[in-house]
This record gives sequence, structure tokens and C-alpha cells, in this order.
Amino acid sequence: MADPMKIRATLQGDTADVRILMRHPMETGTRKTSSGVVPLHFIQSVIVQHNGKTVLDAQWSQAVSQNPFLGVRVKGAKSGDKISVTWTDNKGDKRTDEVAVTAGS
Amino acid sequence: MKLLRRNFLKLSGGASAMAAAAATGLFKTGAAWAAPWNKSAFESKAAAEVQKNLGVTNLIDSKDITITAPDIAENGAIVPVAVTSKIPNTQSIAIIAENNPFPLAANFDIMAGGEGYVSTRIKMGKTSDVRAIVKADGKFYTATKEVKVTVGGCG
Repeated sequence: MADPMKIRATLQGDTADVRILMRHPMETGTRKTSSGVVPLHFIQSVIVQHNGKTVLDAQWSQAVSQNPFLGVRVKGAKSGDKISVTWTDNKGDKRTDEVAVTAGS
Repeated sequence: MKLLRRNFLKLSGGASAMAAAAATGLFKTGAAWAAPWNKSAFESKAAAEVQKNLGVTNLIDSKDITITAPDIAENGAIVPVAVTSKIPNTQSIAIIAENNPFPLAANFDIMAGGEGYVSTRIKMGKTSDVRAIVKADGKFYTATKEVKVTVGGCG
């Protein structure tokens, strides 16, 4: 099972500023070690949902950095709304985490 | 023996059809439905080819797209890139590092409720233009920003 994501969703006006940090090696398939080339292993798809409704559907390549960061903004959000994030990698591994929107400072 | 061979062909044919269907995204599991991964665009090796495979036509330069990225990236493995589109009805944002071995880094489909903004970190092999392509109301808009890379981040 993949490591959990760190997600923070803070309200700014009626927009939720969502910051996501995933843990993933994001191997390009070209990196070499003493035991040979490390095979391609990267997140292909990321879906951000607001109260169960998809707001962002991302397709990624291996060019996204290791332990990827993703920042998005969700319109019409309220404090307590649910933001869930799901990623799927090229080996079929997936992970979903959910947080509630918190009021901004 | 003939019968066996026929059965074998049938089976293997079926299995490969299944694999093809799974690859094209006919079978989907889980609650979240992902858009099919655009294999041809992601495996394109030239920036022009990426645009063709994304279905980009009549690219318009736009001042309503802001790319926030460093002028000089010391570490090519982590280049923070943020794209803000002020174009109404922004449907998708693609981030392309034009001199990368596979230029298309990411493509974001934005649904109703999402703002025309994405921020992420990408790897860059060498100094290159970072191009953002925004699709809004079926039209394509673009902007570029050059990022100088001191140490490459591929491989």
C-alpha cells in the first residue's frame, strides 16, 4: 500500500486552496543504478473531487517530480466540505485520501 | 491436436482483446473515473508532435495565461511550475517542457467548480521553454516562459 498523502484545503473567500503532497518515486525509466536501469514507475492519473464531484482530472507523465506536489483551487467551497484526492500509477497502484476544508486564517 | 490449437488461439485472442480493452480504459474500477491516459501525446518526442497528438489547432498567444516558474532552476529535478488562466471556461491546461525527452509533462482537465489554476513541480533535462496550452471553449491558447536549468533532472 502506498504511503498516505498530505492534503491541506484552506478557504480563501469562497475558494478552497488545495495543496497536495503525494509520496511516490516517479521513476523516469532512464535512471541507472549498479543493478541496472530502474523501471518506469510514475503516477498517471490524479483526480480531485469536491463533495464527490470531480473538479480536476489530471494525466501526468514521468516528468513530474519525485514526491509530487499539486496545487489546485476549488470554487464555491464551504468550511467542512470534503476534498478527496485519488492517484493511480502505471503499475495499477492507487491511493485515496480525504480532508475537510478548513477556514482560512 | 487441431482442436487444442484452435482452443488455444481462441483463448489467447480473447485475453489480448481484454488487455487492449483495459489499456484503452474500457474497464474502469473504483469510484473515480479517470479520463483515458493520452498515450500518443505522452510518448511524443517533439513539442510539435505533442501538440498534434493533443489535437491542438490554431494556437493563439494569450496574455491571460500566467506561467509562474523560476528564471533559473538550479536543480532540474524539481522545477516549480504554476499556470494561471484567466480565460473564461478554461477546460484544460497542458504543461510542456519543450526540450525534455518526452515534452508533455502533465495535462489537467478542469471541470466546473475548478479554477483555471494548477501548480506542480516538474523535472527538466535542460534549459528550455515551458509552454502552457489552455483549452477554453474549444479554442487553444498558449504562453511560454524560458527556464534555465543548471543541473539536469532526468536520469
